[in-house]
Amino acid sequence: MNWTWFYKLGSPKWFYETANKLLPWFLWAGLLMLIVGTVWGLVFAPEDYQQGNSFRIIYLHVPSAILAQSCYMMMAVAAIISLVWKMKLADMFIASAAPIGAAFTFLALFTGAVWGKPTWGTWWVWDARLTAMLVLLFLYFGVIALRSALENIDLASRASAILVLVGVVNIPIIKYSVEWWNTLHQPATFTLTEKPAMPPEMWVPLLIMVVGMYCFFSAVALMRIKNEILLRERRTKWVQVIIAEEGKH
Amino acid sequence: MNFESFTEFLLMGGHGLYVWLSYGVGLFIIVLVYIQPILARRSIIQELSQRQRREAQNKASNEVNAQEITGGNE
Amino acid sequence: MSRDYQSGPSHSEHGLLSVLSVVLKREFLSAFRSRQELANPLVFFVIVIVLFPLGVSPEPDFLRSAAAGLVWVAALLATMLSLDRLFQSDYDDGSLEQIVLCAQPLYLIVLIKSLIHWSLTGLPLILLSPFLATMLHLDAQHIPILMLTLLMGTPVISLIGGIGAALTVSLRSGGILISLLVLPLTIPVLIFGTGTVQSSIDGLSVAGHLSIMGMMLALALTLSPFAIAAALKISVSD
Repeated sequence: MNWTWFYKLGSPKWFYETANKLLPWFLWAGLLMLIVGTVWGLVFAPEDYQQGNSFRIIYLHVPSAILAQSCYMMMAVAAIISLVWKMKLADMFIASAAPIGAAFTFLALFTGAVWGKPTWGTWWVWDARLTAMLVLLFLYFGVIALRSALENIDLASRASAILVLVGVVNIPIIKYSVEWWNTLHQPATFTLTEKPAMPPEMWVPLLIMVVGMYCFFSAVALMRIKNEILLRERRTKWVQVIIAEEGKH
Repeated sequence: MNFESFTEFLLMGGHGLYVWLSYGVGLFIIVLVYIQPILARRSIIQELSQRQRREAQNKASNEVNAQEITGGNE
Repeated sequence: MSRDYQSGPSHSEHGLLSVLSVVLKREFLSAFRSRQELANPLVFFVIVIVLFPLGVSPEPDFLRSAAAGLVWVAALLATMLSLDRLFQSDYDDGSLEQIVLCAQPLYLIVLIKSLIHWSLTGLPLILLSPFLATMLHLDAQHIPILMLTLLMGTPVISLIGGIGAALTVSLRSGGILISLLVLPLTIPVLIFGTGTVQSSIDGLSVAGHLSIMGMMLALALTLSPFAIAAALKISVSD
């Protein structure tokens, strides 16, 4: 198998140029899908017969929750690559993705809580999914805090990679324990999205939102990685050329 | 079209506060997440180009000084 | 103190046991010299528990229902505070570097250090817990279970905490950061520790919960030293 693409991935210059080409596609596709999904979900989708119109929050809550978790998994893969192959770009991905992941986690938490009020009568509820999301938010904060505290970039990248991996090993354990804890303390079982038979008018916009969020995430991650590259590679010739050109305005 | 009128749409059958609060915060976060790297890029380029110009000036003045010194020695 | 690791011919000739006994002696010696410091986490433990009747309610029924959780949370926080001690002084006097470069497997040295640290902080907490649980009106018959869960859980907290301590040892003021990194990871131990006691209070079998606690202990004992060792190597390398 030809592994050149993997080694090319290690070159910041190649990545920067490729990112430039891919960025518009991810950005426009993402924004388009988010708009279509939102309008469809808000206006055209039928209301849920049990929850009424508050059910529409699902179109924000579920995609951001999915992304919050995916992002951490991606960071874990990048952490392994960063530690094993010492690839700078993998570390740049971790640095770039963590704040985005935290933002999505917060959004999932917020929309989950707000959805809870009309559904269960309370602004916050300690159900398993929300509580596990809250812990995920702490894990993101930990990575961000560690990176910002360690000034030496080399130390910061290796330390945060270890922290991400320790976190990812813990996530299944945390989820299992929070779910178990929840069955003890919740009198009734609530599931936010237990719609086993959601008609297509309901789940198609959801799918669009999920894919749209992924595209949006990719676009923003690419933008952030480009910034990281400019900063870290500022001593190289090709970056200095870019700076000279763009700095003219 | 699920709603008879725009007012109905805004009210969301009584759940308007929750739905619009969620989507409002959602919009805010999406915009924030999108804008931050754009602003960061601008400030990075500004800072790096300033540094670049300063270094070019230093280099140029060093060369002039060197020439004057070697010129004086002849 | 760093001379302890430099004396004699190459380290590999010293043998594993002698290195470990050096570590053992050294840890207990330095702990003995700063006896006052050892008391601090214990006093903190007591103070935190005292805060709850004062801040919430001294009603026996409330305290009884919250007792297991309060003791556990206080133990968690007290252990967090004590984690600084694990590697900081070694880092400051340069001996941490020696330990990392030492020929013997770092994994074992780290494991021993962590367990010694536990014996100096977690174990005293466990011995103090019956008195505090009684102050919180926990029925005496449940106190042994509480102590057992603490016995199985506090080493896990020390070990996971060791990872946080190792990652931040190069920072001057790692204290709060360690807690921020480590506390979320200790949530499962907290949940099952208190859940076990709750089960006992409800009159149900605790066997299942204890086996999960045991599993977590086994995982922590086998996996954490690797992470701690890797983190130490990174922290001393700059």
